[in-house]
Amino acid sequence: MTERLSGGEMLIRALQDEGVEYVFGYPGGAVLHIYDAIFKQQRIEHILVRHEQAATHMADGYARSTGKPGVVLVTSGPGATNAVTGIATAYMDSTPIVVISGQVANEFIGSDAFQETDMVGVSRPVVKHSYLVRSAAEIPRIVKEAFYIACSGRPGPVVIDVPKDTTDPNVFFDYEYPESVSLRSYSPTTRGHSGQIKKAAGALLAAKRPVIYAGGGVIQGDAAGELTRLANRLGFPVTNTLMGLGGYPGDAEQFLGMLGMHGTFEANMAMHHADLIFAVGARFDDRVTNNPAKFAPDAKIVHLDVDPASISKIINADIPIVGPAAIVLAEIDRAVEAKLAADPDALDKRALADWRRRIEGWRNEHGLDHDQRHRKGLNGSLLPQQVVQSVYRATKGQAFVTSDVGQHQMFAAQYYKFDSPRRWINSGGLGTMGFGLPAAMGVQFAHPGAMVACITGEGSFMMNMQELSTCMQYALPIKIINLNNQALGMVKQWQDMQYGGRHSHSTYRDALPDFKALTESFGHVAYRVDQIDELDDVMADVFGARHKNDLVFVDAHIDPEEHVYPMAIKGGAMNDMVLERLDGRDDIRDDL
Amino acid sequence: MRRLLAILLENEAGALSRVIGLFAQRNYNIETLNVAPTEDETLSRVTLSTTGDETRIEQITKHLNRLIEVVKVVDLTDGDHLERELMLIKVRAVADKREEVKRCCDIFRGQVIDVTSDAYTIQLAGTSEKLDAFIRALDETPILEVVRSGVSGIGRADKILSL
Repeated sequence: MTERLSGGEMLIRALQDEGVEYVFGYPGGAVLHIYDAIFKQQRIEHILVRHEQAATHMADGYARSTGKPGVVLVTSGPGATNAVTGIATAYMDSTPIVVISGQVANEFIGSDAFQETDMVGVSRPVVKHSYLVRSAAEIPRIVKEAFYIACSGRPGPVVIDVPKDTTDPNVFFDYEYPESVSLRSYSPTTRGHSGQIKKAAGALLAAKRPVIYAGGGVIQGDAAGELTRLANRLGFPVTNTLMGLGGYPGDAEQFLGMLGMHGTFEANMAMHHADLIFAVGARFDDRVTNNPAKFAPDAKIVHLDVDPASISKIINADIPIVGPAAIVLAEIDRAVEAKLAADPDALDKRALADWRRRIEGWRNEHGLDHDQRHRKGLNGSLLPQQVVQSVYRATKGQAFVTSDVGQHQMFAAQYYKFDSPRRWINSGGLGTMGFGLPAAMGVQFAHPGAMVACITGEGSFMMNMQELSTCMQYALPIKIINLNNQALGMVKQWQDMQYGGRHSHSTYRDALPDFKALTESFGHVAYRVDQIDELDDVMADVFGARHKNDLVFVDAHIDPEEHVYPMAIKGGAMNDMVLERLDGRDDIRDDL
Repeated sequence: MRRLLAILLENEAGALSRVIGLFAQRNYNIETLNVAPTEDETLSRVTLSTTGDETRIEQITKHLNRLIEVVKVVDLTDGDHLERELMLIKVRAVADKREEVKRCCDIFRGQVIDVTSDAYTIQLAGTSEKLDAFIRALDETPILEVVRSGVSGIGRADKILSL
């Protein structure tokens, strides 16, 4: 028997039928019919945010940590435009979110009505797809398609713009949720080309200096297990992109750490000297390759990606494979296994052992630990790396860690060793400051009992700190680790290194709040730490049983002069890196 | 290198803006654009001419295919194909110029489709080069207005772009 529902009720009912648990949103005129439909039901919990940007990041954090789509509901006009930064963030990192925005009634569209914005137009360059609802009867089909498109193939954000008249509570329709989607123009690749898979397996076995370079596609494609099995069977070194951390165990001996602009010395050296690079779910971003013309001169490139447009976009692939990472990796693994069974010497074990010794040499020479072992901050202050390492120890490497954007993000990526996927959540592609706290909230909603840490900096934190109020309302026990250097650290670092130390608008030392008092005013717990001797005790306390149900803010005052190293030299190859301050603490070079 | 792309597109509001937006967003160039519904009214057919090397055209094609409403993309310049463009051109034609313009129009197999005491409106179809040549051939005849449809293209012989 079909039900008779209004447009607003159909929308919420369709979300229920999609299995949606949470909607992150903010009400307003154009969505009041929908909010009334939410009020009259129990199955979906609506989370009231304090700013629409934060709602999108929460949905994003929820999606990244679970693999399930995150859902946002905002009103028209400013509600919709505030959401755009979060939509663009999800687009750049290919995460599945569905954003429902209110719109003025169909008859007023185009009249510059109150709170009218062409949301489909504004969001067009940063969505995977978008819909404008023309009549209420379309709602069930559009919702079904939106979720399918957001989650399949290369995932991404989908916007549904809903004019107010289509949610009228007094007009009723037969509701039936479609069981399947039929889109003649959209059929994501579901398996790899068998000839290419065979070729890839052959190329892997023939390699003498191989590197597996794995990105966010391994996380989004739930392929960490398949990647690990193949890498371990072959004994190949693995490096992860910023987005791929956790796709291969961070504490494994074969793991080289992150690569790229602030990647480890051994990862970047290995990439540059490799004779084969197997790129999996990675897109040769400019923060990875440095100058593409000088990229890995001797390497044959095998590139696996679910999105054909990512292949041969920056670096030409010798063996391209389009397909979902998990399925294709498993097939390559079977092909490799069969070849090794037929001929155990198919792999040049001697060359591989030499190659791994060479990498070990690089690690010993300039690896991250080597750099950190004997260092102290200015006037005995904390180093940001030490804070991240302390968080790692206190959480035994088992926390979900979100970050914002800047130096703290790089320190977290370098020093927190993620041993499983969907634990490291950060804005890699768009680089959105203000992402960390709301993303952590989305993660905490998805995983109520889990340890969730947001490693941030005071600049990023202040971009969405209004959400401390939301955390209070929903009692979210997030742990915020604020690496406070009283400056926009990464901007300042570039100014130190490339602009003769002229700190143009990157400091605000005398204008910062007392973060401890600030967070306490929202009813949360706060610590301030600036001594290395106290650090581990504070972190043990923060992540211990005592504060299991508290939001805790740790204001960690760190050495304001610290830089992130290694750092790629602009325009160079991957092996061109600055490894340490070149001139005492005054790291000034105009020629970078 | 000039390329002619044929695109089958869902005939829906906003679909064309995604195609055009893609070109603007990724810094690709549109030289000419022609779009109209096909015999199947749920589909529009776009013919788009652009320039770029092979890598760039490959990227354009891949990104077009990523758009949900794009059903098919074919690079017509990959094989034998036909191209036509329609031009309507209004020229001043007075006194002894009238005969000269008419003769030139006949040579190019154009048609005068509207006449006033001092002007002709001429319709001319052909490749873009032919239309360019006609404009050049008019020489000193004052041109009052030109409107060109942009190129339409179709594969030769049994090459068919359909669902």
